[in-house]
This record gives sequence, structure tokens and C-alpha cells, in this order.
Amino acid sequence: MKTIKRDVLVIGGGSAGMAAAAEIRGRNHTVAIVERDNLLGGILNQCIHNGFGLHRFKEELTGPEYAERYTEIIEDSDIEVFTGTTVTEIEKNDEGKKVYAFSAHHGMIVFQVRAVVLAMGCRERNRGNIGTPGTRPAGVYTAGLAQRLVNMEGLMPGSKCVIVGSGDIGLIMARRMSWVGADVRAVVEIQPYPAGLTRNIVQCLNDFNIPLHLSHVVSKIYGKDRVEGVDITPLRDGIELTEETFHIECDTLLLSVGLIPDNEIARKAGIDINPETNGPLVDSSLMTSVRGIFACGNVLHVHDLVDYVSEESHRCGAFVCDYLESQSEERQFRMIPGSNLKYVIPNRFRADRDNHFYMRSLIVRNHAELVLTLDGKEMGRKKLRHIQPSEMISFTLKEKDLQLSDLNNDSTLEISLVG
Amino acid sequence: MSGLFDVTIIGAGVIGSAIARKLSSYDLKIALVEKECDVSFGVSKANSGIIHGGFHHDSTTLKSRLEVKGNLMFDQLKEELHFPFHRCGILVAAFNNDEMRTVEKLYQNGVNNKAIGIELCNHERILNLEPKLNRDVVGGLYAPGGGIIEPYRFVFSLVESAKKNGVELLTDFKVTGRVETDDRYRLESADGRSIESKWVVNAAGLYSDEISRIFEAEDFTITPRKGEEFLLDRNASAFTSKVIFPAPSHVSKGMLVIPTAEGTTMVGPTAQMVDDKQDASTSKANFQAIFSSARRLVPAVSERDIITSFTGLRPTIEGDDFYIEASSIKPRFVQVAGIQSPGLTAAPAIADHVKDILKVEGLSLSEKPGYDPYIEDVPRFRNSSKEELDALIAENPAYGEVICRCENISEAEIVAAVRQGHDTLDGVKFYTRAMMGRCQGGFCTHKIMKIISRETGMSMDELTKRGGGSWLVNKKVGDFALRDRA
Ligand SMILES: Cc1cc2nc3c(=O)[nH]c(=O)nc-3n(C[C@H](O)[C@H](O)[C@H](O)COP(=O)(O)OP(=O)(O)OC[C@H]3O[C@@H](n4cnc5c(N)ncnc54)[C@H](O)[C@@H]3O)c2cc1C
Ligand SMILES: Cc1cc2nc3c(=O)[nH]c(=O)nc-3n(C[C@H](O)[C@H](O)[C@H](O)COP(=O)(O)OP(=O)(O)OC[C@H]3O[C@@H](n4cnc5c(N)ncnc54)[C@H](O)[C@@H]3O)c2cc1C
Repeated sequence: MKTIKRDVLVIGGGSAGMAAAAEIRGRNHTVAIVERDNLLGGILNQCIHNGFGLHRFKEELTGPEYAERYTEIIEDSDIEVFTGTTVTEIEKNDEGKKVYAFSAHHGMIVFQVRAVVLAMGCRERNRGNIGTPGTRPAGVYTAGLAQRLVNMEGLMPGSKCVIVGSGDIGLIMARRMSWVGADVRAVVEIQPYPAGLTRNIVQCLNDFNIPLHLSHVVSKIYGKDRVEGVDITPLRDGIELTEETFHIECDTLLLSVGLIPDNEIARKAGIDINPETNGPLVDSSLMTSVRGIFACGNVLHVHDLVDYVSEESHRCGAFVCDYLESQSEERQFRMIPGSNLKYVIPNRFRADRDNHFYMRSLIVRNHAELVLTLDGKEMGRKKLRHIQPSEMISFTLKEKDLQLSDLNNDSTLEISLVG
Repeated sequence: MSGLFDVTIIGAGVIGSAIARKLSSYDLKIALVEKECDVSFGVSKANSGIIHGGFHHDSTTLKSRLEVKGNLMFDQLKEELHFPFHRCGILVAAFNNDEMRTVEKLYQNGVNNKAIGIELCNHERILNLEPKLNRDVVGGLYAPGGGIIEPYRFVFSLVESAKKNGVELLTDFKVTGRVETDDRYRLESADGRSIESKWVVNAAGLYSDEISRIFEAEDFTITPRKGEEFLLDRNASAFTSKVIFPAPSHVSKGMLVIPTAEGTTMVGPTAQMVDDKQDASTSKANFQAIFSSARRLVPAVSERDIITSFTGLRPTIEGDDFYIEASSIKPRFVQVAGIQSPGLTAAPAIADHVKDILKVEGLSLSEKPGYDPYIEDVPRFRNSSKEELDALIAENPAYGEVICRCENISEAEIVAAVRQGHDTLDGVKFYTRAMMGRCQGGFCTHKIMKIISRETGMSMDELTKRGGGSWLVNKKVGDFALRDRA
């Protein structure tokens, strides 16, 4: 057994973990990254399409290129990286946190640290989560697994596909499968509007003549050994119009039906989870309900752009440094999502600095407004051109717009969307 | 696989496997033949995994005698075979006086069957035993001797033990014909192989009627009764400390809330007669029926926690009792048919019973001197302490490679599964639990495919989910694109 003492341990070496670690090392604290895979980069490594880094690097990179930029930053620093190593548990003790990790090379490693950054990313929802009836043949894959097989292993998960879900991952896989010679027969979306970016609808479906069935569900899967086909049923007002069901023959069904933050370790550590995001509840410093444990990236909430992940994680790293350096506890106030919002992150704010919020809408609307109310009193508005649930909204509340004198211990800031 | 076998058992479900293992303690040359590519891929993998408490059937039936006897054998079997099994106890909850009267009948059955520790409970007692029950419960029954088991793992262990003691397992061996000579049968398989055997045991589950027809023995019909079940996340708050039954109806034991041996929660099963022995589909209507019924028992049951669903088919037979007898038409041919619930519970007792029948019919049984009832226990990452793991990894680094992150399954366990002959995704899944957790293989499937390929030498496009045409990948990237461009 190895014991390693550092200031901070970052769990997960994707874009979130790398950005947080870089920030922390930049302020001269000792930090290590534990990554279960054999290389850094996380999900980026399998996203070989471009469209990454427009905000951050002002150019369009592929996922691996974006990962490489950060990997170089890590490699040029003296941050220790433990790849092929899996964290299983976090424990609290008098000196801080004890983190248990396992690897073939090191056996068990115990990290004794003052702070932990959770950056474990997310997993994909699967067939069971959406309750698709029918048989259980081979050939039902999550889109991410299919992406992994095609882009990293060079293997074809099948040749005639139907894709469930019109989020960006589903759309990008529709294009990718077409490129590698598969026949993509349909994309089926339960909502009346596409879940992915318009750009991707055009470039991934229209350009390949792939039909998109909005307000439709896959109502049954057929096939004994391998998928042989699916039934697709239209919905009206949420009710299945069974008599209008049609059948498509296919050998593969790819599911792109949402991501869920991977928080099993956080749960085990006793961290409070936000039921709306499945990520931890965090305060204005992105610190979870367990002092000294922070969270950023997709483990906190699912982001649509890696640029946001990097931004948030750099901020998280800075907060970790503040925590390590300061003795006093700062005053924080409650932040809640109001009308038409699914969630806001973080769940607390401070009056002595800028506060940066990420949130997701529940509605689709052109020309909506973001409304801030403090203890029931409106204190500001912001116009938004277009909102939809799949596009994250970001908002910064400036320090100068908040008067400490207006706040008492029970003060609550609410953000709402009005159409 | 040559020469002449003394006994051939058709069907490597829990019943055939238990029989094979029992007979492997005698000086006999035994074959266990199975049409699927692995054992336990029939009824025995898709059931509720309950070791029943001995109160559902009245004591005049063979079923109840074998259930009670079988139940008692599991502690010893667990010692020898290391499968997950807990005697967690069973509760039957009644919500009105009618149901309470049904429960009293069950109690009477239990008493007659000599079920251990069985008791009737009032409202308070039953809620004390299981605080997650719906507070409207009037009372019920408690059977502390009931338990839960990982059923496929039990079968794997039985077969491993049988093989260790000399039984030959032939998979992908679908019996489609038989030729009879003076003192032996020749069993022909669909792929052209054949073996000869003096005695034959028909333990073919849903297909035991077809096997009987092939042998021109008794004419009976097996009708499938379908049961759909849903599995909930191991974090689900519906996880109870005991198996919860409703008061039963005359057709089935009802839909239950089951804390599985591995810490997830299961709800179901339905009970629906179907015609098709291959109909393992699930439906939306049954989904709703199961959840409303389960929530009546335990309000914390939630659809939000579903990770997967599956269907099993009970092999039912007219008369509803087990049919275990030497054929009265064909010599040296034993019928073990109609083994529906509680077949899993009764399996070890059925094996003893079949051994007795064979003996009475004239098979000579002499104990094998070298018989070893124990198999090797493969340590599991998830069940080991941190210090144990550190030591395990030092010895075998593959224990340090966590492949399945939801269930914490290491590479060493996957390798062990493949080396035991479980070389399909489902085989690995049922042996190790990898891919059985909340992400259902999203992260680890490709890693497991690589390990199977490495260990067996099979190429990726030869790998299957569960044999036959259940391929996983059909080509390499480039194969299609090149062809299309040409
Ligand atoms: C298919 C797909 C397509 C996308 N397309 C785009 C796009 O076109 N443009 C764009 O800007 N963004 C895109 N994104 C979004 C963006 O790439 C991701 O949101 C971002 O990379 C997530 O970073 P992360 O570090 O939070 O998570 P991840 O990249 O998932 O990293 C988490 C890491 O933690 C490790 N880990 C987890 N648990 C443990 C543990 N217990 N011990 C050790 N290590 C652990 C994992 O192995 C992983 O490497 C896409 C995302 C996906 C999934
Ligand atoms: C939904 C459900 C829930 C249940 N719950 C419980 C429970 O909680 N407790 C309990 O005690 N019991 C339970 N049971 C009952 C239990 O699962 C069965 O009694 C038991 O699994 C039957 O085992 P078997 O070996 O007879 O059948 P199987 O497991 O089906 O084995 C028969 C084998 O024979 C093979 N075979 C068939 N034809 C041929 C051929 N021609 N050639 C070669 N091989 C052939 C098949 O492939 C199969 O593997 C349940 C059953 C169901 C369906």
C-alpha cells in the first residue's frame, strides 16, 4: 500500500479535471490527478468530430485536439498523473480527506489530501431508463459506446441503424455511421422539437437524407439473437397513437437519451445530490455539502460545450485555492431556480464578488427574459434571443449589482425565465 | 467426447446441473448436454431468485416436499460452491380480512410442511419486521427460512463442481433425434454430433415435452407462463430487508418486491400464459401493472430507479405438480418435467430424488472415492476489504484494473469467467455481474470484448452476446465505406 500526501486530489482526468488541476498548480498548491483510463482527456478522446474550443481557443478543434492542448499543459507542469487508476471511496478524517484508489501497477494508493475535486464526468442513460419494451437482442447500444467502438476501436456496431434521441451525440453518430457506410434509417425523438443544435440537424441529418421523426417513440424492439427491427409510434399530447405505428427493419438501435452525472462516489461520501441535475448541490465556491470536496464539469451538471466545462473548472480550481489559503468562512446566501427553469448552479451566492451561474430552461421560446428577484423584489432582467432545454444559459451577476446591505441571513435570490 | 456414457442429462438449467453434480459423486461416466452456448441460459437465468419458505403449496404435493427439503440444503451448498445466497426471510402482506384469511391458509401449509420458524404477524409486528411496507398492511406471514440467491451463479457453480468431478459438458448440443439399440440410446445433435448413453434424464425445461416426443415416451405438453420483472438501481430506496409477497391468487404467487442477493431491488413477476416458448418480450401494459402492484406493497418503489427489465417463462404442465418419474414407456429414461416455481428452491432435492429413482430403476451407484464437493472461490473486488485487495493485486495485478465501474468488477474476475468457459457477453455478465449495474455496460462493454478476445483468441466479430446470431460487431470500420465506393 502506498500513501501519498498532497494538498489536492482531482478525481477524473477529462477536460474538467485537467482545467481544475492546472489552476490549482498555478497557485502553487500540490495536486495529483487520478484517471481510470490509460490516457487523459476523458470523453473528448472519442469525439473525433470538430466543434470544440470555439470560445476557449477561438478555433474549431476536434475532441482529441482539445484534449491534447490541456494534456500538454498538465505534462509541462509537475502535476502528478495516475492513469489506469480508479478511485473507489472518499473518507473524512482529522487531517482532511482520505481517498482510496486502485491500479494494477500501484496496488492500493491512499491519498491524504486537504481538498478533493470531483471531475468524474457522466454516463449515458440506457434502455432500462427509458423502459423500451420488446425483446432483448444484441445490437442495442448507447450512442457513446457505439462512438467508442467506431472511433477508437475501429469496429462497426452494425449496418442498418435506427437512432433514438436527437441530442447532439445522437446526431453526430447518425453522420458518423453514415460516413462509415452504415444505413441510418431514422432518428426518433420523443419531444416535438429536436434536442440538438440546429447546425447538427442540418449537417448530420439533412445532408444525409436521414428522416427525423419528432414526437415519436420506439415502442417495441424485435429480434431474438440480434435486433431485427423496431416499431415506431407517433405521440399526440403524450399519448401513443398505436394505430399509426410503423415498422423499420434494422440490425442496430443506438440510444442517445441523455446523460447522468456519475456520482456514486459522491453519494458514498455522504454528499447531498440535487435531484434535478443528479450532481452534487454546491455553494458559491462549487463546494459540495461536505467541506473540502468540490465538483466541476459533467459530474456537477451536464454541459453542452467543453468550453463551458473548462471555464467552470478553472473557476473551481481557483475556489479550491481560496479554500486552502483562507481561514475565515465567507457569508453565502440562497439561490433558487424559479419559473421555467430546470436548475441553476451553484445553489448559493456571495455578495463580495461576481457570481457566475449556469442554468437550463424547461421551455422553448424566442425572445425570453431572465428575471432576478431578491427576496421577492425584482432586481434585474436580461434579454435572451432563443432558449431551449438543450442549450445551457450562462449569466454573471456582477458584484456591483448586489448591495450587501440589502441582504440578511435568510435572503434568497431567485432566477426565472419569462416568455 | 467419445465413448459411451452411463448417464446423459439433457438440459443444463438448474435442474439438469443439480442432477449432474449429484451423480458426479458416483462412479459414472456422465454427460450434460445443452442446446445453448452456455449453461443456465434457459429458464434458470430469468427468475426471481427466491429460495422459497415452504408455505405456498400444500404438503400432499411433490412440489412442497421437495421445496422444503431443497431449502434446507442451501447453507451447505453455499459453503461448497460460494454463490451469493442470504436467508433474509420472506413476508406475505395482507391488506384486508380476505387476504388475511388467505395468509392463514399459507400459515397452515407452512406448519404442515414443517417450514422453519413460520409465524403469523399482526399489523405492528409485520411493520417492525419491515418498516418500508405500506402502513395500510393488516398483518401477514413471516417465514424466516426463506432467502434469496443469484440463480445463474448457482447454476454456474453446480456445473463447475460437476465438471471438476468428471462430468462432460457439451454446449451448443441441441438434441434433435435419438436412435435406440438394445441397451443404449444415441443422441443426435442439430450440428451433426452424436453421443451414446445407457441412461437419459430429460431435464429440458420448456422443451421437455419435445424431448419426450423425440424419445417416443410419454405424451405431455409444456405451456409457458410468462413472467416479466424489473430491476431497480442499488441505490433505490425501495430496497427492503426481506422478500415481500402479496397474498397470492390461485394462479400465481403474485407480484413481489425482492431485495436481490447482490443488493439491487427487483419487482415482478407477472403471470401470463403464452403460446410461444421463445417469447421473452416485455410490454408496456405489464410494466404499469407491476409497478402499481409493487407500490401497493412498498410505496417507495419508483419507476425512476429502473435499470433494466427481463422476462422468464415458467414451464407449466397439466396438474401443476412437478412431473418426476421414470418413463413407463421407455426404459432407462427419466422425466423431470413441469419444473416451474419453486424449481430453483427444490433443485438440490430434485437431484437427490432423481438419483433415488435411477437407483430403483437399476442404475448401479457406487460412491466415487475422489469426489470433492468444493470448488475454488474466486475473490471478488467488491466483497474484499481494502487490505485484502492490496494483497490480491500484488499477487495478480488484474485485480487492480476495475473494469465495471457500477458494480466494481475487476479484470481478474472477468478473466476467471472466460477461463471457466463463459466466453459470451452474457456469460461474463452472469458470472461476474459486470454490465449488470446502473449503466448496463455503457462504459465496460468494449473492454470486456477485448478481454474475451484476448483470452480466447476469437476475433471481435466472432464474439456474441449469447451465442447463435447475437453478434456484437459485424465489420471493421472501412469495410463498408470501401465497398460502397468501389
Ligand atoms: C458524445 C459527445 C459529443 C460531444 N460533442 C461536443 C462538441 O461537439 N463540442 C463541445 O464543445 N462539446 C462536446 N461535448 C461535451 C464535452 O466534450 C464534455 O462535456 C466534456 O468533455 C466533459 O468533460 P468532463 O471532464 O466533465 O468529463 P469526462 O470527459 O467524462 O471526464 C471524466 C473522467 O473521469 C474519469 N473517472 C470517472 N470516474 C473515475 C474514478 N472513480 N476514478 C478515476 N477516474 C474516474 C473518467 O475516466 C473520465 O476520463 C460532447 C460530449 C459527448 C459525450
Ligand atoms: C419469472 C419466473 C420467476 C421464478 N421465480 C422463482 C423463484 O423465485 N424461486 C424458485 O424456486 N423458482 C422460481 N422460478 C422457477 C425456476 O426458475 C424454474 O423452476 C427452474 O429454473 C427450471 O429449471 P430447469 O433446469 O428445469 O429449466 P431450464 O433452466 O430452462 O433448463 C433447461 C435447459 O434445457 C435446455 N434444452 C432444451 N431443449 C434442449 C434440447 N433439445 N437439447 C439440449 N438442451 C435443451 C435449455 O436450453 C435449458 O438450458 C421462476 C420462474 C420464472 C419464469
